[in-house]
This record gives sequence, C-alpha cells and structure tokens, in this order.
Amino acid sequence: MPVLGKYAVTVLSAYGLSLLFLVGLVAWSYLRWRGVKAELQRQEDSQDV
Amino acid sequence: MIALLQRDLRLATRAGGGFGLALVFFLILVLLVPFGVGPDTAVLAKIAPGILWLGALLACLLSLDRLLALDWEDGALELLATSPLPMEAVIALKALAHWLTTGLPLLLVAPVLGLMLNLPGAGYIWLTVSLALGTPTLSMIGCFGAALTVGIKRGGLLLSLLVLPLYVPTLIFGAEVARRGAEGLELATPLLLLVGISCGTIALLPFAAGTVLKMNLR
Amino acid sequence: MSLWEYANPRRFLGLSERLLPGLSVLSLLLLTAGLIWGFFYSPDDYRMGSTVKIIYLHVPSALMAINGWIMMLVASLVWLIRRHHVSALAAKAAAPVGAVMTVIALITGAIWGQPMWGTWWVWDPRLTSFLILFLFYLGYMALWHAVDDPDKAADLTSMLCLVGSVFALLSRYAVNFWNQGLHQGASLSLDKEEHVADVFYVPLVITIGGFVLLFLALVLLRTGTEIRLRRISVLINRGRMT
Repeated sequence: MPVLGKYAVTVLSAYGLSLLFLVGLVAWSYLRWRGVKAELQRQEDSQDV
Repeated sequence: MIALLQRDLRLATRAGGGFGLALVFFLILVLLVPFGVGPDTAVLAKIAPGILWLGALLACLLSLDRLLALDWEDGALELLATSPLPMEAVIALKALAHWLTTGLPLLLVAPVLGLMLNLPGAGYIWLTVSLALGTPTLSMIGCFGAALTVGIKRGGLLLSLLVLPLYVPTLIFGAEVARRGAEGLELATPLLLLVGISCGTIALLPFAAGTVLKMNLR
Repeated sequence: MSLWEYANPRRFLGLSERLLPGLSVLSLLLLTAGLIWGFFYSPDDYRMGSTVKIIYLHVPSALMAINGWIMMLVASLVWLIRRHHVSALAAKAAAPVGAVMTVIALITGAIWGQPMWGTWWVWDPRLTSFLILFLFYLGYMALWHAVDDPDKAADLTSMLCLVGSVFALLSRYAVNFWNQGLHQGASLSLDKEEHVADVFYVPLVITIGGFVLLFLALVLLRTGTEIRLRRISVLINRGRMT
C-alpha cells in the first residue's frame, strides 16, 4: 500500500465511489442485455409456433 | 402574419389566458427573497440584479407550455403547417407573442421590484436594458423547448428540464450586465456577448423549432 | 416499418457481439494496468500529495463525458441525414454511459478539490460546466422516454442534441467568463494542455485508453439491447394484429 498519508480517505473514497459507479454501470448494462436477449428469444419462439 | 400575431395576443390576454400570472409570480418571488435571505438591505442590494433576472427567467418559463400546447390540442397547428406561411415564421410570431405578453411586461415591472430589493441607482437602466435584450431570447429558446414537448402529456416539467440549461448563457451575460451596471463597472463585454447570443438565437432557432414542430406533426 | 428487415441492425448485432468479448477484456486489462500503475507506482505531487492519484479516474472520465456527448451528436446527425436506425439507437444507448462518466468526473473533481479548496463544491468553471453537461444528458434521456413513437423520439432527441451542443459550447465560454476570477483550478488542469511529467503521463494514457474502450464496449452492448427491444415491440404489435 502506498503511503497515502493524510489524504487516505480522500483518495480511497474517490476510487471507491468511481469504481462503484463503473461496476454498477457495467452490471446494469450487461444484465439488461441478457434479459432483453432472452425476452426476444421467447417472443420469436412463441411466434414461430 | 399580423392576423396570426393578433390572434395569439388576444388568446394570451383574454380571461383564461394567464396573462397576469407571470407578473404576479414575479412579484411573489421578489417578496419571498427577503424571507429566504434575510432583510439586510446591503445583502439585498448586492443580489438584486441576479434575483430580478432569475425571477424574470422563471416567470417566462411558466407560460411556455401554453405557447403551443393549446394550438396543438385543437388542431390549429396542423392547419398552420399547411398554410402558405413557413413554419419558421409561425414559430417566430409565436415567440414574439410570448415576449409581448410575458417578457415585455416583466421588464417594465422589474425596476419597480428593484426598488423593493434596494437595487442601487445606477442599476435600473442596465437591468432594463439587459432584460430588454435577454427576454426575447428567453422566449425564443422557450419556443424551441415547447416545440419539442408539444405532443407530450403533462410535458411542462420536462419542458423546464430541457429549457433551463439552454437559458444558462443568456442568464450569465444578462445578469452580469445588470450586476456590473449596478456597481458602476465596465460592462461592454457581457453586453456585446448578450447581444450576440440574442441575435444568433432569434435568427437561427426558428428554423430548428420549425423542423421540430414538423417532426411532431408527422 | 419492420426494423429487422434492414440488413443494418442484424449485421450490427452480429459484428458488435463478435467484437464485445475481446473489447471488454482489452478494456479491463488497460484499466487494471493503468490504475494499478498509477495508484501503487506513481509518486505523490509536491503540492497535492497523494490526492494526485485521483487524476487517473478524474481525467479519463471527464474526457469520456465530453466525447460521449460528441459521439451522440455525430450519431444524431447521421440519423437526421441518413436515417440509419442503428445510429439513433446508438445515441440513445450512449447517453447513460456519458451521464455516468460525467457523474464520476464531478464526484472525483469535488473530492479532489475538497482538501485543496476547503469546501466540497466550488463554482470552478470546469466543474460547473460538467454540471451543466450532466443536466443536458438528463434532459436528453428524459426526452427519449417521454415520446412514445420511437422514430419521432429519435428525431426530437437528435434536434435536442444538436441545439444542446451549441448551447453547451456557449455555456462553457459563458461559465469561464462568469468565474474567471477564481484560480483556474490549477490542481485540475493537469490535462493534455499542460505537459505532465512522464511518471504521471504514461499510466494516465493507459487509463484513458481503458476508459475509451470501456465506453465503446458499453455502447455496443447497449445499442444491441435497444435494437432487440425495438424488435420485441414490433413482434408484440404483430402478434396483436394477427
């Protein structure tokens, strides 16, 4: 761990929040993509019947 | 064209047209400011130009959704689209009507409200000038926003969200002119920039707004 | 009306989803490499101490916030001129990504500024401009959701993006004029204009690269979702009519 010194909270909170947002964005985008892909498959299957 | 303008003016000023609402809102806002920030006249004098500009801006915003929505609902917009008048002209006339019934009264009343807020003496003329130059722009930008949201049910809030960021440059330069005028400082730069923005907006936005209205009417 | 019949969306889905795995891995690699290098192996700044490490998140996110909007602008123009549905949907897909980038830029900017300036928020021209940009993003996304007809929504949001871009640019200059008195946020001007020492520069470029690829990957992913959503609503409508 680098010596963050007196700014430890500052730097860590900046990193923490940013990564939280990034991970959240990626997760949301991926889950939505997966859900919609499955939904489309279902719709196409039910219409092919 | 004159007929169209007169019609809009008449619509705005008749009983249900909400003509005086913007003025009353402006007055109420100015009344609320000292309650919010305290009655210290020195403080009020300092923020008076900004408050008056903000008040005029917000009061302008109020009457925007009526601008096009009424004509949209009763089909008049479709008729106007098929008339020989180009859409840009229709838009420009509507913006003009809006300014005549909202912006103009506001800028005439502003000095009176300035008295209540302790606006320094030198500030009155520059407040009026900046509002005179800025409020037509606000009407035009508002017209663009109204064109975007005309078909949307209860689009008033969305209209505000879209229009307020667009108001930022006008507000910055307009309020700066008023503020510098009140403090007796040199204000050529913000004045010129305000004029520039006003001219550019009034010349070009009608085309954008006309295009948007045509998109909505398809 | 059938969007699917155009080769464009189908080809887009095929191509983008073949690219995505590689793109994501590359983006992750660059991000991890850049951030680890910057966080663990770069020195402190003599003025700002260890807070300079925030640069590796603040600058790339700020860059993507702006470039995201520019991408939306180009996509909107392509839609208005050539009416490629994929383009319109790509703009729609990019907006939340750009908005999150703006939020990250704002948060890291505020956190970075706090020890330097003593307050959590200052009306520094750069921060203020990003706040305005965030509002533009919000308005754009709100308009997409408020209009029912997808083509009309694409039209209106494209026009908003166009006009908004002009005013965003105007606002940038207006805000600079409005607050030129304050120090130019020297701690925040460690961007490409000022030549930063190599010790900071290389990990920064790597992180920027990571962010760019991440943006690209997310937009490709989300555009695919939008295309599929459109296809679903077409199928549902068709199902209703039969």
